[in-house]
Amino acid sequence: MTELQAEQAAVVPRIESQSQRSRYIDVLIALAAFAVLAILPMLTGSKALLDFVIRCSAFGLFATSLNLLVGFTGLVSFGHGMFFGLGAYGFGLIMQRTGLPVPVAFVATLVITTLIAAVIGAICVRLKEIYFAFVTLAFQMLIHSTILSWVSLTGGDQGLRGGIPRPAFFGIDLSNHVHLYITSCALLVIGLLLMRQIAQSPFGYTLRMIRDNATRASFIGIDVWRAKLTIFVLAALFASTGGIIMALFVSGAYPEFAYWTISGEGIFINMLGGVTTFLGPMVGTVLLLILNDTVTRLTEYYGIVLGIVILFFAIGLRKGLMDFVVEWYARRRDGSGK
Amino acid sequence: MLEIRSLSKSFGGVKATDNVTLDFADGSLTAVIGPNGAGKSTFFNLITGALRPDSGQILLNGVDMAGRSPPEIVRHGIGRAFQVASIFPSLTVQETMLAAVCADQRRASVLHRRFPLAETRDRAEHAMELLGLASKRNRIAATLSHGDQKLLDIALALVLDPKVLLLDEPTAGMGTEERWRMIDKVRELWETQKITVVFIEHDMDIVFKIAPEIVVLCYGRILATGTPDAIRRNEAVIDAYLGTEHHAGAAV
Repeated sequence: MTELQAEQAAVVPRIESQSQRSRYIDVLIALAAFAVLAILPMLTGSKALLDFVIRCSAFGLFATSLNLLVGFTGLVSFGHGMFFGLGAYGFGLIMQRTGLPVPVAFVATLVITTLIAAVIGAICVRLKEIYFAFVTLAFQMLIHSTILSWVSLTGGDQGLRGGIPRPAFFGIDLSNHVHLYITSCALLVIGLLLMRQIAQSPFGYTLRMIRDNATRASFIGIDVWRAKLTIFVLAALFASTGGIIMALFVSGAYPEFAYWTISGEGIFINMLGGVTTFLGPMVGTVLLLILNDTVTRLTEYYGIVLGIVILFFAIGLRKGLMDFVVEWYARRRDGSGK
Repeated sequence: MLEIRSLSKSFGGVKATDNVTLDFADGSLTAVIGPNGAGKSTFFNLITGALRPDSGQILLNGVDMAGRSPPEIVRHGIGRAFQVASIFPSLTVQETMLAAVCADQRRASVLHRRFPLAETRDRAEHAMELLGLASKRNRIAATLSHGDQKLLDIALALVLDPKVLLLDEPTAGMGTEERWRMIDKVRELWETQKITVVFIEHDMDIVFKIAPEIVVLCYGRILATGTPDAIRRNEAVIDAYLGTEHHAGAAV
């Protein structure tokens, strides 16, 4: 055996076993994170903190799912917020009008989201770059306009009023604040774990190839359209789950959930946290919500402050916070290695 | 066997490929030459599905490829490398190879397992070894030298086990020494892999040295086909493309 062959024989199995082991490590980290979040209500009586985590769960799922499109596939969607709104309205309407159990309504909402995302995605993913971005935005505005104008179903600009029924299931009562908090955390952790699996699967690497060079990807036998449509629908499902958490949290659904500003916030969160690391959008979510909660208390010029923060990240760091931290750590490690 | 039958493609009033009929025997090595704008790259784009022909047939072992999508054509066994190295800049050499084998094994959509898959390993290793990229397996593709990026581009086509490999100017943008290294590698691949190789090349010294068969295109038409000696002596080729430098008398 030559030296090179010996090196190959050693390196490849190591990489493989590392990648398979990483799945178990991810599960362990997720369980640990869930355990920490679950004991939080016992450590603090702060309702505001629990509310903050619930909002983080909703927007974190939404923003991380957007990063599956933006960071992993190179599809910059300006209309991803439509699925957040669809989740909130779909779940709210099913609960208000049918009285189905919560888990059934949850699954039904995801089925509806899948169907709508498949139709919208089939049209949008054929388009490239800015055309894709603006057509997704157009679909979002179409859905927002439908919500506003279909008053008999959606309540128009008043939203779904009267609260969303939350009958108990399997001993879980979502009208109980702690139960809602634990359920939101569970959905967040499971959602992140599933998205992590997507990112690290062969399909995740197919998405990276499409992002880097879609033409070349098609010349190695990848059906680019199908792969883009698949991730578009999967991302919609996680965004919709974020919307469901939000609907449960506010016990209603409002047109703002499907407005373009939700998509804008998703893009902003990704810019803040960074798109090259899996947890970047989650960090961005926490940052944005902290900024939101503190700045709005201090000044009415919330938009100006956020604009300055965006400029700092876009022009100052030229990357998101997690991108910056990871690069800094890599440089430091390489430096000490020398 | 790759058979091209009456293949035509026009862009507006310009006939980029004009009624081309050609046969490429199994295991042959053929150079496609011609002046700029002769339609060489268009010819490759038609065969690989990047462009849809206006008329004609592209038969690979009797199956018509004309009008099919690039992924379909790749799965039938026609691979290609590009004039400008077409790679995945953010992936490492090894990831690129493993992901390409995944795609070839119809596992590109697998969601429930982690990358890389064990069953993709051997083929990826083999392709990296063949192209001399095994020692650079952990390098990010964007950081490779121009020559290595071209090799990676060829490796991407080769790892799919093609029956026919089309190389669009494999030596483009390289220095003299690097060009010869690359072309030696192409010849070595042809000899060891027993596949049909068709390549576009502008350097006539390279073409006449390694290609047993040459096709000359001019204004989208076939001007001549034959052995290097026959092409050197062909008056039409000398007038349209070679000039006097490479004709038979000059070679002697």
